Amino acid sequence: MARYGMAIDTRLCVGCMDCVVACKTENRVPEGFNRDWIAYETVGTFPTLHQEIRSERCNHCDNPPCVTCCPTGASHVDQFGNLVLVTHEECIGCKACLASCPYDARFIHPEGYADKCTLCVHRVKEGLDPACVSVCPTHCFTFGDLDDPDSAISRKLASRQAHPLLPAAGTKPRIYYLD
Amino acid sequence: MTPELFITRHNHLIDPFVHVWAWQIPVYLFLGGWVAGNMLLTGYFMLGGRHTRRSPLLSALPGLSLVLLSLGMLALFLDLEHKWYVWRLYTTFEWTSPMSWGSWILLLVYPVLVLTWLVRPPIVLEDLSQTVERITTTLQGRREIVRIIGVGSMVIGVALGVYTGVLLSSLGARPLWNSGILGVLFLASGVSAAAAFGHLVTHSPDERALTVRIDNVVLASELGILALFLLGLLAGSAPQVEAARLFLGGPYTAPFWVFVIGLGIVIPLVIQLLAVRHWIQHTPIAPIMVMAGGLALRWVIVSAGQVSHWAHGAMRIH
Repeated sequence: MARYGMAIDTRLCVGCMDCVVACKTENRVPEGFNRDWIAYETVGTFPTLHQEIRSERCNHCDNPPCVTCCPTGASHVDQFGNLVLVTHEECIGCKACLASCPYDARFIHPEGYADKCTLCVHRVKEGLDPACVSVCPTHCFTFGDLDDPDSAISRKLASRQAHPLLPAAGTKPRIYYLD
Repeated sequence: MTPELFITRHNHLIDPFVHVWAWQIPVYLFLGGWVAGNMLLTGYFMLGGRHTRRSPLLSALPGLSLVLLSLGMLALFLDLEHKWYVWRLYTTFEWTSPMSWGSWILLLVYPVLVLTWLVRPPIVLEDLSQTVERITTTLQGRREIVRIIGVGSMVIGVALGVYTGVLLSSLGARPLWNSGILGVLFLASGVSAAAAFGHLVTHSPDERALTVRIDNVVLASELGILALFLLGLLAGSAPQVEAARLFLGGPYTAPFWVFVIGLGIVIPLVIQLLAVRHWIQHTPIAPIMVMAGGLALRWVIVSAGQVSHWAHGAMRIH
């Protein structure tokens, strides 16, 4: 079984937000909500500053707290690609998953259920890349199976330094940022 | 130096900081804790043989608890965003989810409360129904059954009280909540609320003396538990230290020290200690303060916990 993840090259991402627009269009994300977003992190003191631009979303963690806290099993690790998904008609909207996510990646859809990035599972099942990956003008995304040593993402992660977000939170995220 | 983090996201209930739970959850946790305390007191009274004589508290607490628990569950229901799917809680048991444990524990609480009520129901109820009178007479005649019901009430009460804290402490993404001490703290606070309520309403001098003594011991213990809670955070990782600072100079300093510690624990404890030593008369003000302090504790912990975050080291701009 595949274990899908993503590597995002922070040297190539310019924060154009094409990925955000593509996600909203592809997944009909309601106005005022985002499944993915851009984070600009600046460290240092002028004039020695360093800025990292990141396209962020649900990290589809290997140890997902949103799944373990869900009282109905609506949040689950799907057999397809080990993706963390939500079954809308099983969700009671208790918001425990929103509180449990250290990345604040979830929100309550106006229809009442918890919603978040699915890595465009409907596209991936058809052999396509997620919408954000396919539209990126700088090709900063590499999407694929982390368990396949010959996949593009595995090769990329083997060749470059990369970091996930908040590793100390212990969730084992599967979105990596290439330094 | 503090990193500056600019995020383009502005999701409802999430940004600029998580605020998914409003008044409903603190009210639910408070009422749940209070019912847990009532169950512990009821069980303790039954094991002590108080069911064999007229006991205003033993007659009142189980019935009151049925109402309080229902109100708490109503508050929880009002908090749900996908309300009409609430039945999904009872189509599965998710052993890793404290909320799933809680929903099943709540189902166990109701029959135990009804049984404890039937052991010593209010006189009005006995007069109204011969069936109730018959059941009560049968139960009171069997000491072992009363004992089992009493122990069951205490066990389920502890499970319910601890659950109200574990519900929060299992959410590791919020450093303030990520402490096992919350379960013990909320249980102690629930027992304190129950004892304070007993102190407030009972006409029996014997029961008043007992409940005020229980309350004083639990209030003093609560101070110790809160100190351990803060020390645990301060000895933890950077996000946990940041979380502790919410109460130590941060935005929740005044509500925590004034309403929870001062008005909710220390002042009523002093008043009740003076009353126990007969230096002043018993006053309803102290137990009312204790109960209000219990609600304030849940409100402050739920609100501040949502502000605490793993990325607190960074200055977040949305």
